[in-house]
Amino acid sequence: MDDLIADFLTETSEGLAGLDAALLRLERHPDDPRTIGEIFRLIHTIKGTCGFLGLGRLERVAHAGENVLGRYRDGSLTVTSGGVSLILRVVDRVREIMAGLEASGSEPSGDDSAIIAELDAVFAGEIPAEDAARAAEAVPQAVVPAAKPAGRTKSGGKAAEPLGAEAAAAPAEKSGRDRRAKPAPAATPEPAATVETPAAPVQAAAPPAEPIQATEGVGVAQTLRVNVDVLESLMTLVSELVLTRNQLLQLSRARNDSALTGPLQRLSHITSELQEGVMKTRMQPIGNAWKGLPRLVRDLSRELGKKIELEMRGADTELDRQVLEMIRDPLTHMVRNSGDHGLEGPAERREAGKPEAGRIMLDAYHEGGHIIIEVGDDGRGLPVEKIRAKAIAQGLATEQELAGMGERDIQRFIFRAGFSTAAAVTSVSGRGVGMDVVKTNVEKIGGTIDLRSREGKGTTFLIKIPLTLAIVSALIVEAGGERFAIPQIGVVELVRAGDGVMHIKDAPVLRLRDRLLPLVSLSRLLRLDERPVAEGEAERGGFVVVTQIGQNLFGIIVDRVFDTEEIVVKPVAPILRHVTMFSGNTILGDGSVIMILDPNGIARATGVGAEGVQEERRSTAVTTATSAERLSLLLFRAGDGGPRAVPLGLVARLEDLPAERIEMSHGKPVVQYRGALMPLVPIADGWTMPPSGGRQAVLVFDDSGRAMGLAVDEILDVVEESLKIESGQDRPGYLGTAVISGRATEVVDCAWWLRQAGADWFGPQRPASARRARVLVVEDSAFFRNMLVPALGAAGFEVTAAASGTQALKLREAGESFDAIVSDIEMPELDGLGMARAIRDGGSWHETPLIALTSHTDDASVRRSREAGFMDHVPKFDRDALLGALRSCLATTTAPGGH
Amino acid sequence: MEAALAPRRTTVPAAAETSVLTLTVAGQLCGVPVLGVRDILGSQAITPIPLAPAEVAGGLNLRGRIVTAVDLRRRLGLPAREAGGPLPMSVVVEGGGELYALLADSVGDVLALPEAGLASNPPTLDPLWREVCAGVHQDVPDSSGAAGARLLIMLDVERILDIG
Repeated sequence: MDDLIADFLTETSEGLAGLDAALLRLERHPDDPRTIGEIFRLIHTIKGTCGFLGLGRLERVAHAGENVLGRYRDGSLTVTSGGVSLILRVVDRVREIMAGLEASGSEPSGDDSAIIAELDAVFAGEIPAEDAARAAEAVPQAVVPAAKPAGRTKSGGKAAEPLGAEAAAAPAEKSGRDRRAKPAPAATPEPAATVETPAAPVQAAAPPAEPIQATEGVGVAQTLRVNVDVLESLMTLVSELVLTRNQLLQLSRARNDSALTGPLQRLSHITSELQEGVMKTRMQPIGNAWKGLPRLVRDLSRELGKKIELEMRGADTELDRQVLEMIRDPLTHMVRNSGDHGLEGPAERREAGKPEAGRIMLDAYHEGGHIIIEVGDDGRGLPVEKIRAKAIAQGLATEQELAGMGERDIQRFIFRAGFSTAAAVTSVSGRGVGMDVVKTNVEKIGGTIDLRSREGKGTTFLIKIPLTLAIVSALIVEAGGERFAIPQIGVVELVRAGDGVMHIKDAPVLRLRDRLLPLVSLSRLLRLDERPVAEGEAERGGFVVVTQIGQNLFGIIVDRVFDTEEIVVKPVAPILRHVTMFSGNTILGDGSVIMILDPNGIARATGVGAEGVQEERRSTAVTTATSAERLSLLLFRAGDGGPRAVPLGLVARLEDLPAERIEMSHGKPVVQYRGALMPLVPIADGWTMPPSGGRQAVLVFDDSGRAMGLAVDEILDVVEESLKIESGQDRPGYLGTAVISGRATEVVDCAWWLRQAGADWFGPQRPASARRARVLVVEDSAFFRNMLVPALGAAGFEVTAAASGTQALKLREAGESFDAIVSDIEMPELDGLGMARAIRDGGSWHETPLIALTSHTDDASVRRSREAGFMDHVPKFDRDALLGALRSCLATTTAPGGH
Repeated sequence: MEAALAPRRTTVPAAAETSVLTLTVAGQLCGVPVLGVRDILGSQAITPIPLAPAEVAGGLNLRGRIVTAVDLRRRLGLPAREAGGPLPMSVVVEGGGELYALLADSVGDVLALPEAGLASNPPTLDPLWREVCAGVHQDVPDSSGAAGARLLIMLDVERILDIG
């Protein structure tokens, strides 16, 4: 069966399950607008989806039902018991058709004209006399084929057994069997629905008195449908396991008991895998929710007579399954809206000087602990004047109020319930359902929605939804004597407050790399620090947690930073819900309760995140590009002071050499290593030979067969972190200090140490190549640059570095020429793609091979960079791959060109 | 825990009796229906929650569940516990599907009290107390078993938890 239809069946049956209850509630409280709205939206969704799946019968029934519900909703028709019965029959009919659809893969044929006529009559204002209705419907009293009211039809035995025992369904099933092949019992207020194709097995219309149960069976995929609660409790258990594992590891590290270490390592491994596995059960790429869209857009374009191109980016952005399910419908709605309202017809577009084909763009990406989904079009934009007029007409705002509003505020009226700008009610969209439904659904999962629109240019909706993951990595900090957790995902970097903190009147700010960073004191914000503030004192000793919310950066001042811990987010008690500063609480490994800070709440409370303050494009936010790079770092100890770190990718091997192997040559230590002499460079001052029988820990750096060993005191750990190096340190041999695992750690400048060894040991041995190939490295991050340049240099290339695309192009203007260019993609100003296009567009470099260096190696990114002109695509930090790519592209270009 | 909470004096309360867990808050004898009590804990490490209502003492860890602690002294407008004095005990109750710990100075017995002995709140009672009290039990036996010695304020747990 078509995936789309299977999806549709699963979703709709879930919706219908809730619908029965809602309808019964409606019968009791006929004037509850929320219930009516709920029912209306579901039927509306069914109708809309059917239209695109080509399920005409279903669409017609739903459309007629929606008409009646629409009148109930706007109050122009009173809800009566007969009316509810009629709607219930619509629901039953929908179920029936769906059952046939599930069984055969296509809509069962049948005649719905009677029920549609009845609905139309009610829509037209006739009173639905229940008895009359019963009499009228009595005509097609056909046989109800043997059906299992438990909602499953025996369709070639391919329906999977649902997991949950259907205890509740048992009575229904029993009564169903009793009724088998009989007309619906007279006691049922509604006559049973009818089917005229006996071939299609169809379930009996469940009488409203025993609702639901009809849901479990629908959906025929080869997968198990597991109750979310089961996953949820699995997740909790795994989370506890992770915490216990962490505690155990900590204990064993302190004990140094080797008998324990082995099994514990395995346990640790298995736990991690288990955690990953359980997480995976909940994560899905957002592309799954987009699968149906290309077809939807194609059908839409045909139906509306518009040319529409759909562009999807970031389809592999993963998010929690529950969130995904909740966002699926809103997205469909929005794409449909974009096609229907947003885009103009071809003629209109031509007139406006736009390409005939309109574009709908979908983009998903992670940002500051959230997933942002953009749905945009290049259509006509939101007509501010029309919205203004309509807002007045509908009494949503007075003219005065509107006069004081910005354009964007007025455009936001489209999120109000019942608001629609479509001039005509089409069958596609435009009943005022739409954006308010979208907004409700987005907010239900704790998200926000906003829009950007310019008349004549197009509209883009921005949905921001939280990544509700059960386990998150959090930074544990202390302020005012209390500990708090800050979700790591919003943390861009950690900076020692030091003397960089300045005050503008009372507002503390930090100058951070030419930017003025607003600061928020956590203890003052949480009113933990009631004592009169000795100005600047607390700030100076503490740390600044640089946090990014949307486009805004700000710093949270804390007193201490401990380490990062994996925490299980638990919601706060309802009586604390109004405290917006916390997103939850959790129990740490040591058993203490700790509050989880919500950076969004903090931003809101302090006005940092106020909209429009800093609306820059994401590509210009320098920090995002580098903060995303998580890399494995080897932590070690050498001499006094804190731990030191080196990117693990640069270290070839770790050795633990017996003292006897270390020899002295020219007063410098060397070892015989793999058939050659390897110089040992002690990283700490005052290094002495380890005592006889002792051992020496060595980090081996290996460049094309030449090795250098860095002698260290002790290898501590390997951690994976995003590296943010605090600048402004000039100590040779070190790139700077970063906070790693909550501790200030010096990051080793490998190039410098390589040179220490290279000057003495490598120089004479360097193979004399006739002419070294010239390579240009374009990379904005000084750190990566510092790593790439020596690595390529050691491999025999002559390397020039540029910090941005613009700088690289300046080199071109200066007449420089290179044999190959290696470039990062994400860079400020001119990014890699833009630079590649500029290079390919002409000029002296247009034939120079380009190699992209990036952490995104998914198909879409690769394709994009190929389109821009990159020949090859290498993941950052894979030195061998980069060298391989360089050599192969140099080989291909030099061979025919004869360089 | 459940077994320990069974009424001591009468094994099964008669129809006209309610089982009440007694607790003391600043010298005042209070009671909560024992059926609503999920757990009784000794003094616990409580993490204060900044910006929370004053009545909320913080959060504590009950076997992996986070329980919000409500200080009955503050809730009843009584003077704060002296520093250095005995630490409060927690009576864990359920409210709206969540667990809450009521902090009391001490937790006493489970008594079976005749419903007939429950008088409604005197109109002169402090308005704050009137709101959270479900009545006053009169013939409360003291520890020696002599009846009629003390008055016991029945706390309405739902109202107690209606904070903020």
